[in-house]
Amino acid sequence: MSKSAQNGKDVHTVVQQAVSRHGATPDGLIPILSEVNHALGYLPAEALNEIGRQVRIPSSRVLSVASFYRMLSTKPRGRHVVQFCENAPCHVVGGREVWRALKEQLGLGPGETSADGRWTLLTTSCLGLCAVGPVVVIDGDIYGNVDAAKLPEILARYA
Amino acid sequence: METTRALVLVSSDRDSMERGAQEVFERLQNQVRATGLQDEVVVTMVGDVGRHDALPMVIVYPEAVIYGPVRPDDVPFLVEEHLLKGRIAAGLQASTRELSGRIAWLSARQGTLPAERRIVLARAGLIDPEEIEDYLIHDGYEALGKALTQMTPAQVIDEVSKSGLRGRGGAGFPTGTKWRFVAQAKGDRKYVVCNADESEPGTFKDRLVLEGDPHSIIEAMTLAGYAIGANEGYIYVRGEYGLAMERLERAIGQARQMGFLGRGLFDTDFDFDIHIHAGAGAYICGEETALIESIEGKRGEPRSRPPYPTTHGLWGQPTLVNNVETLANVPPIIRNGAAWYRKIGTKNSPGTKVYTILGNVNVTGLIEVPMGITLREVIAIYGKGMKNGAAFKLAQTGGSSGSIIPASLQDTPMDFDSFARAGVSLGSGALLVCDEDTCVVDLAKVLLNFFRVESCGKCVPCRIGTQRAYQILDAVSEGTAEMDDLKDLLSLADALVGYSNCGLGQTAAVPIRDILKHFRAEVDAHIALRVCPTGVCPMSGRQVMAA
Repeated sequence: MSKSAQNGKDVHTVVQQAVSRHGATPDGLIPILSEVNHALGYLPAEALNEIGRQVRIPSSRVLSVASFYRMLSTKPRGRHVVQFCENAPCHVVGGREVWRALKEQLGLGPGETSADGRWTLLTTSCLGLCAVGPVVVIDGDIYGNVDAAKLPEILARYA
Repeated sequence: METTRALVLVSSDRDSMERGAQEVFERLQNQVRATGLQDEVVVTMVGDVGRHDALPMVIVYPEAVIYGPVRPDDVPFLVEEHLLKGRIAAGLQASTRELSGRIAWLSARQGTLPAERRIVLARAGLIDPEEIEDYLIHDGYEALGKALTQMTPAQVIDEVSKSGLRGRGGAGFPTGTKWRFVAQAKGDRKYVVCNADESEPGTFKDRLVLEGDPHSIIEAMTLAGYAIGANEGYIYVRGEYGLAMERLERAIGQARQMGFLGRGLFDTDFDFDIHIHAGAGAYICGEETALIESIEGKRGEPRSRPPYPTTHGLWGQPTLVNNVETLANVPPIIRNGAAWYRKIGTKNSPGTKVYTILGNVNVTGLIEVPMGITLREVIAIYGKGMKNGAAFKLAQTGGSSGSIIPASLQDTPMDFDSFARAGVSLGSGALLVCDEDTCVVDLAKVLLNFFRVESCGKCVPCRIGTQRAYQILDAVSEGTAEMDDLKDLLSLADALVGYSNCGLGQTAAVPIRDILKHFRAEVDAHIALRVCPTGVCPMSGRQVMAA
């Protein structure tokens, strides 16, 4: 039985809670993965194995599903996750410039996490917030009508 | 609230321009301002309205009165009579024989423009989405009650068929026909699935329905369940739509409590209940078979078809999959009848369409209008014109999977059939308006990047094709491509259309074909001259080539 902790939480307990909420059935798998991902910040191998054991699905399939969806991560992420919408509606209203500035100010490329563990920079597909593009989302906080000049002030809010 | 009362179109083809259309247009604008009507009346130039002797022509909506030929000196009288006093300006009307086939559709829409008409979004923003009582006061669950107590399932399907409602997810498939397929399919259980995995870039109409009027979807799904013989429904909501999910959960709880979901609805023996399934971030799950795979707890990879979900869907059982906007049309159709619905929109595309207006216009946002409005009208009336007075270059419809509409198609009515005839598609209703500073290579690159990122990787043509097409476009934008690369690009487009397993790969070819069809010279300049005419592309390979 696994007893190790992630984000100060016990993996076994977190998985057990998710499984009891969504059911140990195949159609419960994605909701379970989402909940565990949310609780632990990502899906460590240990959690994937534990989910496979409790839902009675081979861990290889659990990993296959976990690696498919954008909102699930099998790698640890920084304390703050910055998502930038890279689709056309944001792009044509100034997104190109914002993306350039964002990479520069964070010193990161897409998919990278900073050495101090503060930031992870991700690109995302459309979030349906197009009327206020360009859009940047940080830890679930939505920023619309962003331009390069506003970025330093926005980023400073996240220590 | 500001409402547009009238729309004035001035013909601006070459013949009209030679005969003073520009002056007529300017006089109209000045006169409208002088009479204080500028907030109620929109004046705009319209393209080629056909060859005849009545040019320049002025068409006034919503009455669809056609004046011509109009001379600049006629303008004060026309504005005074028609726009101020509301009667036809005597002696200025074009004779009816001047109405060539080209503008016949303009007069056919008499009385339907330019007003918004809300069916899908009728309650969104007006009622409290968290209180079922508010929904009930506004005709809520009336259609369900009518269907369950006064109609047979076959009659419900008949009514939907007769209304002419077509799927609003993009394909435009007749909704009633789909319902009949599932009703006739053999299976132990049947399912109703609401596709709320709205992920087309530029589209957020379904979110507004779910957040603003969640009960309408519950009612529509229950109606569908009764019609096709299903007792269970799933709403697949994209994972990012947190508020929509909260509101739906609350609404489902209230509906169960009040007896609109559960056992023996309206004292009949019909049972129905709904589950919410949250997505986890994958555009492809909007494809109906990928969505079904995802509900079953698998990777969202589309199945091979046939068989279709109508016979082999969720858990292998007959399944009806309908988009949110499509479903939202159903209760009003049952409540008011198919004949009522048929009066809105065009003959082959009845009803309204919700559009999101985005890009380089003065006002972005969302509208619901009768089918058949034109792009030029949308930009002029609801977009309040192009930003900074720039020229319109193109619009991209329907998220990434729509078409690129060049200026020459601005006056094509936006309905399923007119668009199909023009070789373009409506898609999900996003209208990304781009001005003259937009580079088509840069735009196509962004679109192909989307497909390459969102390709599920199951089939080779799509997995490799979208990647390779992106690389070629990137080379074009860097000034390192050769003319032969465009041949490769077109053959990749053929492979994507011909051999991809699902619509994602097939539509990835559309931007490639569209830019080469409508903007070939601009693409060629990137290669032959190593110049990006709009100055957008980096062209960083150019110096290397010269060295």
